[in-house]
Amino acid sequence: MATYILRRILQVIPVFIGATALIYFMVFGMPGDPIAALFGDRQPPQAVIDQIRARYMLDQPLIVQYLHYLGGILRFDFGTTFSGQSVIEVLGRTFPVTLRLAVMAILISFVLSIVIGATSALLKGSWYDHFQLVLALVFIAVPIFVLAFLAQYFLGVQLAWFKPTVGGQNDWGDLWLPAIVLGFSVYAASMRLTRSSMIESLGQDWVRTAYSKGLSRGRVVPVHVLRNSLIPMVTDIATNFGILMVGATVTEGIFNVPGVGATLYNAIIRHETPTVVSFVTVFVVVYVLVNLVVDLLYGLLDPRIRYVK
Amino acid sequence: MKRNKIALAGITLLGASSIVLAGCASGGGETGGSESPAEGSSTAVITTNGNEPQNPLLPAMTNEVGGGKILDSIFAGLISYEADGSVVNDVAENITTDSPTQLTVKIKEGLTFSDGEEVTADNFIKAWNYAAQAESAHNAGYFFEDIEGFVAEGDVYGAEGDLTGLKQVDDYTFTITLNKPASDFAQRLGYSAFYPLPDVAFEDMEAFGESPIGNGPYMLDGEGAWQHDVRIDLTVNPDYDGPRKAVNGGLDIVFYATQEAAYADLLSGNVDVIDAIPDANLETYESDLGDRFVNQPAAVFQSVTIPEWLPGFATDEEGRLRRAAISHSINREEITDVVFKGTRTPATDYTSPVIDGWSDSVPGNEVLDYDPELAKELWAEADAINPYEGEFTIAYNADGAHQTWVDAVANSISNTLGIDAVGEPFPDFATYLDARDNEQVGAFRAGWQADYPGLYNFLGPLYATGAGSNDGKYSSEEFDSLIAEGISATNPEDANAKFQEAQTVLFTDLPSIPLWYQNVTGGWAEGVENVEFGWNSVPLFHQITKAE
Repeated sequence: MATYILRRILQVIPVFIGATALIYFMVFGMPGDPIAALFGDRQPPQAVIDQIRARYMLDQPLIVQYLHYLGGILRFDFGTTFSGQSVIEVLGRTFPVTLRLAVMAILISFVLSIVIGATSALLKGSWYDHFQLVLALVFIAVPIFVLAFLAQYFLGVQLAWFKPTVGGQNDWGDLWLPAIVLGFSVYAASMRLTRSSMIESLGQDWVRTAYSKGLSRGRVVPVHVLRNSLIPMVTDIATNFGILMVGATVTEGIFNVPGVGATLYNAIIRHETPTVVSFVTVFVVVYVLVNLVVDLLYGLLDPRIRYVK
Repeated sequence: MKRNKIALAGITLLGASSIVLAGCASGGGETGGSESPAEGSSTAVITTNGNEPQNPLLPAMTNEVGGGKILDSIFAGLISYEADGSVVNDVAENITTDSPTQLTVKIKEGLTFSDGEEVTADNFIKAWNYAAQAESAHNAGYFFEDIEGFVAEGDVYGAEGDLTGLKQVDDYTFTITLNKPASDFAQRLGYSAFYPLPDVAFEDMEAFGESPIGNGPYMLDGEGAWQHDVRIDLTVNPDYDGPRKAVNGGLDIVFYATQEAAYADLLSGNVDVIDAIPDANLETYESDLGDRFVNQPAAVFQSVTIPEWLPGFATDEEGRLRRAAISHSINREEITDVVFKGTRTPATDYTSPVIDGWSDSVPGNEVLDYDPELAKELWAEADAINPYEGEFTIAYNADGAHQTWVDAVANSISNTLGIDAVGEPFPDFATYLDARDNEQVGAFRAGWQADYPGLYNFLGPLYATGAGSNDGKYSSEEFDSLIAEGISATNPEDANAKFQEAQTVLFTDLPSIPLWYQNVTGGWAEGVENVEFGWNSVPLFHQITKAE
């Protein structure tokens, strides 16, 4: 198990180099001069553009820029934004917020999908099951920004149950509204997954065996059926986590959450290579790590996987 | 300039008349009670929307609206602008224009920065010299172009060492010598690039840009007042003594990623004043806000430039006919109404109604009237000289919400003239600029937001031969000489008369087809009073009051 973990962690290094190189070259390949765009409709003299390009090393060949960037990372220097802040500082400020938002959304989605998925499976074919199916279809079909605007307007502005935007206050409590919206935007698929996985388990021989041993339904369903149904759920959560980290961009904009969304968006618009590369790289690393955690969780949930490894 | 891009991308405005601007000190509503500024509380802190500054908070480093809004609040320049663009002395005791190339500035004695240092002539001279130097590479460095000692040749742009045109006379007096006539130079001095800097700034410019010390109506509210990407909190500077003395208890600027979020906060009372109504709410804002909104023309001019390099559109008989035909075939009224929901005002000239000296009756401006019949005739006349082939394209950057109106304008042209007119999108601004500068586009969208409230600023930089923002490469001796005469006139009336005359040349040649002025829209919460928007579309924060 320990070598397995170590091997998985070491895999992050080539992924990191590959991802940064790929992103670096892609951002560089974007047409247009980022410095010219900084000035909008009034164009500065070429001499000024040249000076600013030199300041951000944009006048160097791509490979030199990239090696310089990699060298900086070894010293834990991720470069600076056009506004002169260190990228690592911006990362440190924005990522925890988005991470917190994603975790809250995952928890909300997890609870919703387990509760609704399990009850639907147990009540398969009932009006409740059908109702949940329709509801899930609605949440899958409605784009997240619509959901976000509706929630903001009705729950935030009209009913005033929540503050309509988050702004500077980004403690756990303040993030409820965007987290709920994000949670609802991904719960439907997970819920359907839980339901079908539960239904499959409920029909298995070992469930019948458990009942015939005299175990109560209150013990068989949560401990035996649900636990076995959790394996596909865990993979699903990992996928959702990636989607949420990246997909929070829209939600963060609407609820004015000072997370990675707006920062990354602006950096892309401005061709701010160090910022874009660092942010996307962190996304990649987070994705890889979450997948690592998932693989480890498999072992906990299914002893067979643990021993084979 | 960058402020422009932001404004173009986002701010939307309504077609109220300029009378609203002139007649109503408390904002755009019908209430107009300007006599009672004492109604609100002098301790209430006003919150408003903003953006994270793109640069450190250094006056000449900042050329976008997010940072500009903050700098204008924490610094005071020699002059400041009233809502109608007129000029009032701020730090200056008086500024005399001795000749078209010579100014003498006398500043008030006894003013201080918020750290106690006295404001002297030296603070201005040092700050300007620093900003003008080539090696500083400040974004607003071009503001110092006209001062003697500034070089703009080939690879060199900026002063090498101190500007020779700045001379200190005594502690409170200095002279400015210009390298070419610019009689409206005094009018420019309220722009943030011209703010003074305290001595402490020169010890560590970077650290200063993080927590600037100014001499304006507000100052940073202690350590950590600027939470990056989140907000900046300003408190009243008790030492400020000038025309912009704050009557409220402070100003908190909350940074919003979207205008929609700011609007939602306005509706629920979490923010007091916002300076843009999001597009999505243009249908409802009047019923949402009652009379607590403003929608009036701003100093933003928008047009379609037809470059000299476009075949069939050279500045000759044929080209003039075609340009006039295009202009007559655009239904500005309908497009501003339908596409922009009244947040643009059809243009009647090449400048803006909020600028002193503006006129809606410049001879020749009837070329802006929608007249399909005349348009067809003119186009046919041009075709008789030389038949037109191919399509007429209008280039734009697709990241700036231009598609709808460009398509509408193209449709208007197609339907009237029976030619193929289409929009030509570029994915983002940088790509668009590249293509435009390499002359790889036909006609293209153009926008201009004034740097200071003067007519010259809408004309000289855009249409003078070889001027920095003359992107269509227009060149006219007649226009150039009229502009030069105007900028050399020391009497504002004479100058403005020349500028109007210069515009008649533009109406003949049509280097650019005027479309409309962008409006400023804004709204404020219940209990908030005395909201008035400046000529630059930013609310005059110091005079806003709020019931507690």
